[in-house]
Parts: sequence; C-alpha cells; structure tokens
Amino acid sequence: MNETTRTPLVKVRDLVKHFPVENSDDVVRAVDGVSFDIFPGETLGLVGESGCGKSTVGKCLLRLIEPTSGSIEFEGSEITELGGRSLQRLRREMQIIFQDPYSSLNPRLSIFKIVSEPLKIHKIGSRPDQKERVAELLGKVGLDPRYMSRYPHEFSGGQRQRIGIARALALNPKLIIADEPVSALDVSVQAQVVNLMQDLQNELGLAYLFISHGLAVVEHISVRVAVMYLGKIVEVAESSELYSSPRHPYTRALLSAIPIPDPKVRRERIVLSGDVPTPINPPSGCRFRTRCPEAQPKCADIEPELREVAPGRFSACIFSKGYDDGKPFG
Amino acid sequence: MSHLLSVHGLKTYFETRAGLVKAVDDVSFHIDKGEMVGLVGESGCGKSITALSVMRLISPPGKIIRGSVEFNGEELTDASPERMRKVRGNDIAMIFQDPMTSLNPVFTVGEQISEALRLHRKLSRKEAEQEAIEAMREVAIPSPERRIKDYPHQLSGGMRQRVMIAMALACDPDLLIADEPTTALDVTIQAQILELLNGLRESRELAVLLITHDLGVVAETVDRLCVMYTGKIVEESPVTELFEEPKHPYTRGLLKSVPRLNETREEKAMRLNTIEGVVPNPTALPPGCHFAPRCPLKEPRCEEGEIPLYRVSENRSVRCVLYDEFESE
Repeated sequence: MNETTRTPLVKVRDLVKHFPVENSDDVVRAVDGVSFDIFPGETLGLVGESGCGKSTVGKCLLRLIEPTSGSIEFEGSEITELGGRSLQRLRREMQIIFQDPYSSLNPRLSIFKIVSEPLKIHKIGSRPDQKERVAELLGKVGLDPRYMSRYPHEFSGGQRQRIGIARALALNPKLIIADEPVSALDVSVQAQVVNLMQDLQNELGLAYLFISHGLAVVEHISVRVAVMYLGKIVEVAESSELYSSPRHPYTRALLSAIPIPDPKVRRERIVLSGDVPTPINPPSGCRFRTRCPEAQPKCADIEPELREVAPGRFSACIFSKGYDDGKPFG
Repeated sequence: MSHLLSVHGLKTYFETRAGLVKAVDDVSFHIDKGEMVGLVGESGCGKSITALSVMRLISPPGKIIRGSVEFNGEELTDASPERMRKVRGNDIAMIFQDPMTSLNPVFTVGEQISEALRLHRKLSRKEAEQEAIEAMREVAIPSPERRIKDYPHQLSGGMRQRVMIAMALACDPDLLIADEPTTALDVTIQAQILELLNGLRESRELAVLLITHDLGVVAETVDRLCVMYTGKIVEESPVTELFEEPKHPYTRGLLKSVPRLNETREEKAMRLNTIEGVVPNPTALPPGCHFAPRCPLKEPRCEEGEIPLYRVSENRSVRCVLYDEFESE
C-alpha cells in the first residue's frame, strides 16, 4: 500500500475517560489511555468483555460523551475541541449503529421519519428529495422502499438493524461506529447483517469501528483487531495473526474460552479464575495480573505499555517476545 | 428401560389476539440420569416454553393442550398443584438466563438459598444457613461464610449465576433445567460456569437439560441434542454425529452461518452463509414443513402435509422428506 492510502482516517492518542462516582472522590477509569488508528475503508475490531470500556471509546470518538483527556484526530484535525457548527459538520462524517434494534428506533416514528431525520437535521434536500433518498437507502440495505410508511414494531430484529444501518448511511459518512451491531440477533440473521455491512463497505468505502464481544464475528469482518481489558488496549494485530498466534496472555485466555461448534475439537482451555477487578481501583502495574496465569511478582510494579513486538503487532505484556526492544505505539 | 424424564407429544398453545400460537407442537424427547441434553434453536422456536411446560409453569393465555411429561415414572401433566410444588426444587430445578431478575434484590443470597432448604427440607434457620454455606462452597464461591451476607447487587454476574445454581441444587434435584445459563455472561465467565455444570453432573450424577441458541456451547458440553424450529423438533442426534453430518437443511444452514475462528484468508473474503428469509409468523405457519419457504432444497411435496420425524439410525431422527425412505416415528 502506498503512503497516501495509509494516512489514518482517525488517530486516537492517550484517550482517557473517567466518570465521577457519586458522593465520593473516586473515579471510574472506564478508558485509561488508549491509542489506535483507523484507516479509510478499513474495519478495526474492538473486542473485550463487558465493562472494559470499548463502548465508551466509541462514544468518545463521536463526542457523544466528552473525553477527559487525550487527542482524537479525524482526517488530520483535532476534534476534541470542536463545538457548535463544526461539531455538527463532523458528525456527518461519523455515524453509529447500536446493539439493540428495539430501543434505538423511536416506536412512534415511521421508517421514513427515522431514516430521514439526519437529512432534516442537516437541512439536506426538499421533502421529495428526502423521500427519494430514503427509498434509495432502504433499497441499499435490502428492504422494500414501500415499507417507508410503516412503523418499527412491524419489523423483525434483523430488519430493524437494517433500518438503523440505513439511517447511519443517510449522510454518506466515512466512518461508522458499530457498537455490538449483531449481538442481539439470532445466528442466521447475524450472518445476513454482517454480509450487508461488508457489501456496503465494498460499495461505499466505509470504515468501521466494529465493537463486539463476539470474537468470531470480529475476526470475520475486521482487518485489524484491538483487544481491551479494564480500560486499556492490551494487544493490536492483524486479525488473522491475532487469532492464530495471540501474544498477550489475556488474548490467549479470551480466545480459548470461546466454545467451538465442533465437538471433536478438544482444546486446552485456559479458564481464568475470578472476576474482572473494579475499574475504580484497578490493580497496580499490569491490570490483568490478578487473573493472569503467567503473572510474576514484577508485574505488580511495572505498568506495561503497548509496544510493537513484531512488525505491525502490538502487545502490552512485559513477557511478550520482542517487548524489551519494541517501540511504543504511536 | 425407563428414562428419568420422558416427554411425549407435548403441545403447548397460546390463544392470543393475533391468533393461535402453537409454541410447542408435538415435542417428544427424553433424558437419562446423569445425561446432558441440549435443546437448541433461535429465539421464538419454543425451547423455553418446552422447559416451562415440563415444570408446569405455563400461565394463561398459554395452556398445555396435550401430551405427557413423565418424571421418574410419574405423570406430571395432571399432578396436583401441591405435588408440583414438591417436584419443583426437590426433583427438578431450573435456572434462567438473567440471574439478576431471578434473585430477590432485598434479601441476602444466604437468606434466599436457606429459604429453599427450609421450605423443602424443614430445616431450622441455623441448619439451613450451614447448608447454604456448603452449597455455596460446592459451586466454588470464594469465602462463602462472608458472601452469604451479601445482597445480589454486590455480586458479579458470574457469581450471581453461581448463587442461582447453588439454590437450584440445594434440595438435591435429579434434573436441572438450565435456560440460557451463560448467555448474559462474558466468555471467560461462561467458561467457568460450563465447567462448573460439567463437574456437578459428574459428582452428583445430575441430569441437565441445557437450553441455548449457541451451537458452540452445546458442542462442548452435551451428549445429545434436539434442534427446534417453530415449535417442533426438526432433528435429534448425539452431538458428534450432528456436527459431523447435520441432516436437516435448517441444522445445516445454522451450522454454516456461524463464523469460525481462525478463518483462512479466502474464508475471510467470502460472505458468510446465511439462511434466506425470516422465521415465519407463528400465527400463520406455512402448511407442511415450516422451514420450506427458506429451504434451499424445497420440493413441491414439502408443502403438502405434516412432515413426520424419520428415524434415520438407532439414535438419530430428522423431520424432512429427504429421508422418507426411513421409517417414521
């Protein structure tokens, strides 16, 4: 790939989001220093267990919540300071699809109103233009344009997710943040929506930040995958490499925990003991050490950084091969 | 040989304003002592209603119309409400997907486990508390003496599910019905709970009916499974054979639409296999095979009438006309 296509669309550095705890000086360290890039037309998968901060990262990118500190660049310009008009303009370029297709569509609005709402907010086109555009969008996501006058309750979960995607596409965005877009769907429908997202990416050159706890789906759709644990990214790699030879012990445990739909495959399973610690008071040093089967005493003292342990592969474990000589990310 | 649980020709219907929903329509299966059987299907296929029917927990407009549920030789469909209260907990226990909504938020977990013991085994408060601690220890809850005083909100999702299991096992049932027990949990916690269930089944010779939509979960845990679609069992088979050679077109479609780990570059570039269309409206099921409208192998005769289950080998049966050279059940 040449240099121009490798300019990141989104460049996130040291993103931090702390939430205050009521009646206390404590803070929830939901996102605690996260850096990554998303390239145009590419899918970056963001995986991790509930509470690791992956959705908070997605919402910070859109400025749906304000980051505590850190920098987010979109096409080379800093967006954390934007306000008013320029923030609204930015949001044309970035859209989001949500996990629950039931609660993310207003039950009292027709499909036309739902899908055309972004056009209305950004004052694009006359009403007949908008009708035409909604019909085109519905066609793109595989729904009959005649459904325009219907209401969300008349649709199945998979169809509702298609409506959510049509709405996200209305403004021709460059980036779509997909927060668990298929987790609430049955497997046969999941596959339909994943295929649709891939087709749209090929056709429109969209970039996705695909946030999910479903590791197999993420592997299928992503070029690169970032793994989060307790507010930090612990590993980033090209998806085929991450899945075939994970470098970080947490990634290894996470992958080995996925049940494989093949009873003949009997894997050595790494069953992690205990629960994820609270993000209010994360462990010192490496945050995974309290559950890590490979932890050593010095893991409590050294806070590992995300380093390039092999070309294009990053791991935040001091025992990862190549960590000592590795360059820090970014 | 008589089975621990044998369900025969079970029909549970719901009279709704939109029409009659045949949620469970002529379902038959059995479980033996110490066996783990999976009941698999997508949302709305009737797997949970099947379990609730076994427990006699169906409330109007739902009704068990026909069929028999035999447990340890005793017919449960016409047992008295008092008898059923004894059966639930003592003989058959059930755990659900969401442990937060199944636990009472205003009582400590210790009180909730003790309650079952005091009701069913007439233990004193003190004895019940001791037993509750033991039950929590068995499901690997760390420092149960302290945890017993915790309220549900103080525990993590995985710990809550352990409490549910401890409560379910408190009265030493022979059968545990686990309805999507790990669906709300993260994969690393799911692995812990599945390991726990497997251990209990061995240490207690516990029979488990595992209800799930996740083919990965059943592949690793159950001995046998039944695949359900729109209220009917479409395929029944031992687990290895089913994954090696799924017979029903629906089972095949379902297995193919799951993305695999460690895909090759070619597989990644390919589209996922899908099952075309959507599950039909339960009040307007197609005639004949309910899967026919989505089936890639559809023939005219598929829509002609009720398709029976064909017994294709000693322990496998399939509801599909492709196997009509075999005897029907």
